[in-house]
Amino acid sequence: MTGTRDDEAGLLAIAERVVAMAAPGEAIEAVVVHERETEVRAYEGEIESLTSAESRGIGVRVVRDGRQGFAYAGTLDADALIEVLGEARDNVEFATPDEHCAVAEPDGVPVADLDLYRSALVAHPTEAKVAMALELERLTRSADPRISGVESAEYGDSTSASAVATTTGIRATSRETGCFLSAYALAEQDGETQTGFGFSLGREPGDLDVATAAAQAAERSTRMLGSVKPASGRIAVVLDPWVSAQFLGIVAGTLNGESVQKGRSLFADRLGDEVASPLLTLVDDPTDPAATSATATDGEGLATRRNVLVSGGRLERFVHNSETARRAGTTSTGSAVRGYSSTPGVGVRAVSIRGGDRTPAELVAGIDDGVLVQGVSGLHSGVNPVSGDFSTGAEGLRIRGGELAEPIREFTIASTIQKMLTDLVAIGDDVQWLPMRAAGVTLVFGELTVSGV
Amino acid sequence: MADGNGSSGIADTGSLETGLLDAGLLADTLSVAMATGGEFAEVFVEDRRSTSAVLDDGRIEELSSGRDRGAGIRVVVGETTGFAHTADLSQAGLRNAAEAASAAARSGGGGVREVTLDGPSGPSSAVIGVLPADVPKARKVALLERADAAARSADGAISQVSARYGDSQRRIQVANSEGLLTGDRQIRTFFSVSCVASGDTGLQTGRESVGHTVGFELFDRVDVDDLARRAAGRAITKLGSVPAPSGEMPVVVGPGGGGVLFHEACGHGLEADLVAKSASVFAGRRGEMVATPTVSLIDDGTMAGEWGCFAIDDEGRPAQRNVLIEDGVLTDYMWDRLRARKEGREGSGNGRRQSYRHLPMVRMTNTYLEGGLDDPEEIVAGTDHGVYVAQLGGGQVNTATGDFVFGMTEAYLIEDGRLTAPIREGNLIGNGPEALLAIDAIAGDFAMGSPGTCGKDGQGVPVGDGTPTLRVSRLTVGGTAA
Repeated sequence: MTGTRDDEAGLLAIAERVVAMAAPGEAIEAVVVHERETEVRAYEGEIESLTSAESRGIGVRVVRDGRQGFAYAGTLDADALIEVLGEARDNVEFATPDEHCAVAEPDGVPVADLDLYRSALVAHPTEAKVAMALELERLTRSADPRISGVESAEYGDSTSASAVATTTGIRATSRETGCFLSAYALAEQDGETQTGFGFSLGREPGDLDVATAAAQAAERSTRMLGSVKPASGRIAVVLDPWVSAQFLGIVAGTLNGESVQKGRSLFADRLGDEVASPLLTLVDDPTDPAATSATATDGEGLATRRNVLVSGGRLERFVHNSETARRAGTTSTGSAVRGYSSTPGVGVRAVSIRGGDRTPAELVAGIDDGVLVQGVSGLHSGVNPVSGDFSTGAEGLRIRGGELAEPIREFTIASTIQKMLTDLVAIGDDVQWLPMRAAGVTLVFGELTVSGV
Repeated sequence: MADGNGSSGIADTGSLETGLLDAGLLADTLSVAMATGGEFAEVFVEDRRSTSAVLDDGRIEELSSGRDRGAGIRVVVGETTGFAHTADLSQAGLRNAAEAASAAARSGGGGVREVTLDGPSGPSSAVIGVLPADVPKARKVALLERADAAARSADGAISQVSARYGDSQRRIQVANSEGLLTGDRQIRTFFSVSCVASGDTGLQTGRESVGHTVGFELFDRVDVDDLARRAAGRAITKLGSVPAPSGEMPVVVGPGGGGVLFHEACGHGLEADLVAKSASVFAGRRGEMVATPTVSLIDDGTMAGEWGCFAIDDEGRPAQRNVLIEDGVLTDYMWDRLRARKEGREGSGNGRRQSYRHLPMVRMTNTYLEGGLDDPEEIVAGTDHGVYVAQLGGGQVNTATGDFVFGMTEAYLIEDGRLTAPIREGNLIGNGPEALLAIDAIAGDFAMGSPGTCGKDGQGVPVGDGTPTLRVSRLTVGGTAA
């Protein structure tokens, strides 16, 4: 690795070197990344493992006569660059020609200055990271007498830089830092065990809150003790922010240009239609620096931007990368998503719902008979974003007469995505960014099917 | 892709017997790793090449080639494991990583330890018929086009088809401070077809996939046209589906379709790392009756050609057939090196990792339920009212509580002992220990299921599963119908 620099300028120089090798009639896009990670795991007062990792990689896309070939390698060695380019070129001839297949062109949209990099993280000593993991484990264990164990208590951080260069003139770089604490607690009472996690996120260690992460893990694990399986029926369902963010991620995933063009979106022909309750305004904005997944440039090197997907219940827009935009006769929304090992796909990065004006407690107070869902499982297996079928395992609390009542678990909630969007009856004022591509907020649905006993 | 050697220090002759790095370099790296003390050090070297090709919307979108190689080094000092990895396989690169891993383990005592290795040894993996790397790319692409044509001609309601071909060659080498030096070459080949059918009831999807730890000869016995027609058929069937029922009822799972049930209901809970942390409902229950006496559950990394098989695990231990539950009694957990060592016992060949960038942990291989004596048709005929699941989708489990969930991707109502209407997709939920005791029928029609990727702690590894037809007397079906 001698001679390479892992900052953005060094990575961009490598991408440019590959792009400069383009033959006449050939368009090239090179994506180069470097990442440094630390992970510390504490268990029973000791450090269980400490990982220090450094990764580099390059992905090269070659387009010629409307056909593309792709190759990648997990190294930036000089010989590997040549191999990757050669392999991508070799792969071109097997693709079917398509007039819309091309690398992105600069579109003049200014790149936001997001300030996602903190030198404080880079300078943070390993001993301090170790101490934080140990402290998290200790605080979680002592947070509540019913905590019987801490399955994992972890500190993790990453520093990443990337560059995109194309023969069409795109030159984009980015760098960012991020760190987290996460604890997974076990709680026990009368022979019954329940689990819960807590976390804290930031761009630098000073952002992290050990006490809150520990308290959250303890609260989430103990609140399910003594839980029962509810009866089946159709009742009001409240999703807490952690759950609603996962739901939003799925909904937003159906609003992408590629799914629409390929006949895989349930909203394909609905642009301009009322598809949701008038309460719903859904925005994807990767330029919001508060979003965990904020980024100033997309996977093709174009500036990310604020895209309003649904406004007052009306479907306004699908997100696009440059290829799906050309196919749709529109412009990219800066929504190309990818790693160095894949070609650009299309997706949202930071979706959020415009919050309402009532607190979660006020919303619950208005519900006579319902459930508050605080955790879901099996979303990947029980939700079909093409048909819209929605079914998920859930846990949470019963709501009776406007009050939170007994804990419940081992039940499912089911509906369809289409129906849920129109069944939305209230939105809380508690919008918050979570460690995913969506923000969470308390959502109330008039009636969903709950399956239990 | 041309083989890199020279500066990278990799010697790739394409021969099965040749290791990735020579014994001297590995021994030197281990010595550096142990230079400031420690009980154990290991170098895991990996060189992975992969090809994937995607057909979507009637065209070959892209052919992609990947290459990943590097080494992961771990050092164990007391209770702490230090880990570092590098893509730089030169002596300097390996020494740097070894020092980083050693520093990470925060070794206390001093002392130099020389490591000597026994020299290249160990069997290499499965018999490989046709190396995917030797097959012209045009032949791989042609398979996709055949599948597309077959799916589209299966039924006029098929509105979209995507197909994926993938192959990978993963060469690994493991050397450790106990003198072990071994290696393996794992070849995997994969094909999948996904269809969308459009009708008055909206869009429905159907998917079929096949994957084996074999080379391109996979397609001598797998007909991609047939695979495509089955995927199309699944989507078409679901166009006529009714809402899934809601609530507790008997669930019959078809042959090969239900391995994920055991993977989730108890497989993860039998992984020794979770057991040791009391994060499993099966902790401390060895020797106890945990399932119906007709249940025998096996995890077997030696099943030749299956998706989860290998010659050695990612800690260098030969794959094994492990009986987890025998006639309803919990006989053993699955082990990696770290957990086995703490218990003073042998490992079980279940130490796996996604890549050289990851620490190994306890993972399943091919997990299956042995066949029983019941007749599959009688199982359905003997079920008054319930659900028949021909194919389960993905699943998830909380090992500490045993609560699990998995999806039904093809399922039917059972009414008066007969399969009737197909039902829409949804989840099934249950509790592992309760479900194992609620299995009241097992047929003799055993079949392996589709290839899967099991995720744990952010690491994905290929796993296989299998079951005969079986019935669980009570699970909760998460549909919308009353």
